[in-house]
Amino acid sequence: MSDFAFLSGNEAIAYGVKLSRPHVIAAYPITPQTKAVEKLSSFVQDGELDCKYMHVESEHSAMACSIGSSSVGARTFTATSSQGLLYMSECLPYASGARLPIVMMNANRSIATPWNIYGDQMDSMHVINSGWIQLYVEDAQEALDMVIQSFKLAENHNILTPVMINVDGFVLTHTYEKVEIPLQEEVDNFLPEIQASPHLMSDDNKTSMCISAGNQHYMGFKVKQHRDMFKVFDELKQIDNDFHKAFGRNYGSAVEGYQFEDAEALLITTGSVTGTVRVVVDEMRAEGKKVGVVKLRLLRPFPAGDLVSKISGAKAVGVLDKNISFGYEGTVFTNVNSALFQKGASLKTINFIGGLGGKDITKGNIRQMFQTLQSGEGETVQYSNMGCTL
Amino acid sequence: MKEFKMSPKPMWNSLGDIPMGSSCPSFHITDINAGWRVFKPVVDLEKCIGCYRCYFVCPDGAIHMSDDKKADVDYSFCKGCGICAHECKPKAISMIKEEK
Amino acid sequence: MSTNTKLNARKLDSTENFYGHKACGGCGESLALRLALKVLGDEAYLSLPAGCMAAVSFIYPNMAFKNNAIITPFASTAAVTTGIAAGLEALGKKKPLSVGFAGDGGTADIGIQSLSGAIDRGEKFIYICTDNEAYMNTGIQKSGLTPFGAATTTTPSGKVIHGNINEKKNMFEIVAAHGIEYAATASVGYLEDFINKVQKAKDCAGPSYIHVYSPCPTGWGHGSEITVDLGKEVVDTGLWYLAEFEKGEFSLNLKPKDFKPVKDHLMRQNRFRHINDEEIKMIETTRDAKWAKMLKNWNI
Ligand SMILES: Cc1ncc(C[n+]2csc(CCOP(=O)(O)OP(=O)(O)O)c2C)c(N)n1
Ligand code: SF4
Ligand code: SF4
Ligand code: SF4
Ligand SMILES: [Mg+2]
Repeated sequence: MSDFAFLSGNEAIAYGVKLSRPHVIAAYPITPQTKAVEKLSSFVQDGELDCKYMHVESEHSAMACSIGSSSVGARTFTATSSQGLLYMSECLPYASGARLPIVMMNANRSIATPWNIYGDQMDSMHVINSGWIQLYVEDAQEALDMVIQSFKLAENHNILTPVMINVDGFVLTHTYEKVEIPLQEEVDNFLPEIQASPHLMSDDNKTSMCISAGNQHYMGFKVKQHRDMFKVFDELKQIDNDFHKAFGRNYGSAVEGYQFEDAEALLITTGSVTGTVRVVVDEMRAEGKKVGVVKLRLLRPFPAGDLVSKISGAKAVGVLDKNISFGYEGTVFTNVNSALFQKGASLKTINFIGGLGGKDITKGNIRQMFQTLQSGEGETVQYSNMGCTL
Repeated sequence: MKEFKMSPKPMWNSLGDIPMGSSCPSFHITDINAGWRVFKPVVDLEKCIGCYRCYFVCPDGAIHMSDDKKADVDYSFCKGCGICAHECKPKAISMIKEEK
Repeated sequence: MSTNTKLNARKLDSTENFYGHKACGGCGESLALRLALKVLGDEAYLSLPAGCMAAVSFIYPNMAFKNNAIITPFASTAAVTTGIAAGLEALGKKKPLSVGFAGDGGTADIGIQSLSGAIDRGEKFIYICTDNEAYMNTGIQKSGLTPFGAATTTTPSGKVIHGNINEKKNMFEIVAAHGIEYAATASVGYLEDFINKVQKAKDCAGPSYIHVYSPCPTGWGHGSEITVDLGKEVVDTGLWYLAEFEKGEFSLNLKPKDFKPVKDHLMRQNRFRHINDEEIKMIETTRDAKWAKMLKNWNI
């Protein structure tokens, strides 16, 4: 029998990591990720987790140590947020280019300035081109489960790409929920020991890593890396199915819809806000309004085909972006429009930018978004819950 | 170096030929450095006392001591820097201009 | 004289672990690296940040190291080095040997934080700083280890300011101040001393650091044949010194009877050709003050 416990998102991550039995953890504290690394440290100090915990002096070194340990085939975890993610950002494409299966939790948080410790997705969007798989989770249970799935995904020899699990700062990291903690034997069965890839360094197979390649070769390395990313969709689906068999829970594919089949107005979300949108959808459905929600669980690789197949029947689609690409629009919005255009689907799209620096996205705000979508009125890019005029 | 083998240059015909990650087997030496030389060190075996100095100081490891303890230059990898000649006490090494 | 005379050229492993690299002819750093690897063996895992030695050794498809080796982000030599050690240890390898090799810039400037953090954690690793006193790989810019007076491309010999106006950062004592298990200075002019220090570092249980003075013909403007000669002369002039830090104590390994003339030494390098007698006096005064302190406080 598995255990149930009331856990915050941070603690759920820590349990997921413990169950995955990493060899090395290298992390540096930053709000709102701190409870995750504190919990992991106490697992190690209490002898409950046999792993080398590296007390690094910065996030840059957290990722560099992770690169070192992963490059010799050790299962490696790290966690960060916001300024920390940006501080380590030099090392992110480094790890993905080297095809290192590191798993990282990122507690989604705003970026200074102004300083602000609350949740939005400016940090992960900043590094969306870093070659990492970007997953966004909706609740603490999914956070725990996705740690286990992520190691399996990253270490798959067809994938060999690091995974960033994005967990909304405070809303998820600090909120307690009832979470099922799988049994260690069951996790061990599902996630066996890491099989080191032959491109890594080892005593038997001496390798030079993170080499330089001139103009004749560089592009080949990068295109191969890019093409391999698309294999994530099928492998993740398989992993999720196996996870369901083992633990009785699954999360569907890269795109999850709710009340979307016949919806006229759809909102596209990522992360924890989806829960609130579902509630509003239920309320508005009860009023006879054809609304629905489609959640993106993956932003890289971007599930363009899956997404368009789920939204192309709608009349209008809104994209809820907790980030701004300054001087343009929300980043998810750009990606969604590009997907629609590529697949030849043409429908009205509106970008709702909201939740920056922890600003509330209330049920009322969401209802307003659906109403805007149904009327099809207003600017292409709108700002939710501004509290003042533009 | 004794018993040293060059590695072939890889050919890429498809994405499948490209190495995983940014990795390559170690000690995969595909190019020699002989073309870098302007002067070449020539050892006078009569004068060489087998002191190991030139072997010790060569940044390229291009000198090894032969079985009869004489300096032996690997001209595929010698860059002609002249350190060996400068450091050889009995002046057994002379730097001779390469014929182009 | 140096007390470390156990290893010598004849006793070294005759196979080369660093071969076919593309360093300039007469490169001091590559000589230090080559000999260190003869002591460390091909089982050591190597981490090298951006810098000349990484740039000349990993040019696809030409890989110059026999060892497992990785280029690290510029600031991250010590972090990657200790990460490798941690990973190997966690995978069950007993006493893994993980070694970082970084330039002066990669060590004393951008990499000083991760080096400090790694020494502080106390894990076993070896760090060798090959000091050529500037950022060579990017074209001879000033680093924190460029000595007073030297012209670089960012401290040229201008009409008003003659080369670098800052003193060289004292990396050896900064590292020692961490209470590191073993630290040493060395020079490619005293190679036997250097290889024995590498052997000592290899035998350490905890972190160790070797700072090896490595002339660069391209960056300093000297003939490629005098790299080792200059590396010896700089010690004989007292401008560099051979020392160790062990069990909390500093000791000098070599005390020249009389210093060789500074001016002659500097004038063999283009980077110092512009300096005047007054500036040479300043260099000598700084040297003498340093030696007075060392002779007073350090074991000889
Ligand atoms: C983060 C970062 N900043 C700057 C550079 C550019 N860079 C590459 S090597 C180098 C200089 C290296 O100097 P040093 O460490 O002294 O080694 P050397 O080349 O002299 O051996 C610089 C500035 C870089 N690669 N990464
Ligand atoms: S330094 Fe001169 S004498 Fe000594 S081994 Fe070399 S060639 Fe012979
Ligand atoms: S000339 Fe330089 S590279 Fe050639 S053998 Fe002598 S020391 Fe080595
Ligand atoms: S520039 Fe200097 S340090 Fe760099 S390879 Fe050339 S000689 Fe060596
Ligand atoms: Mg340098």
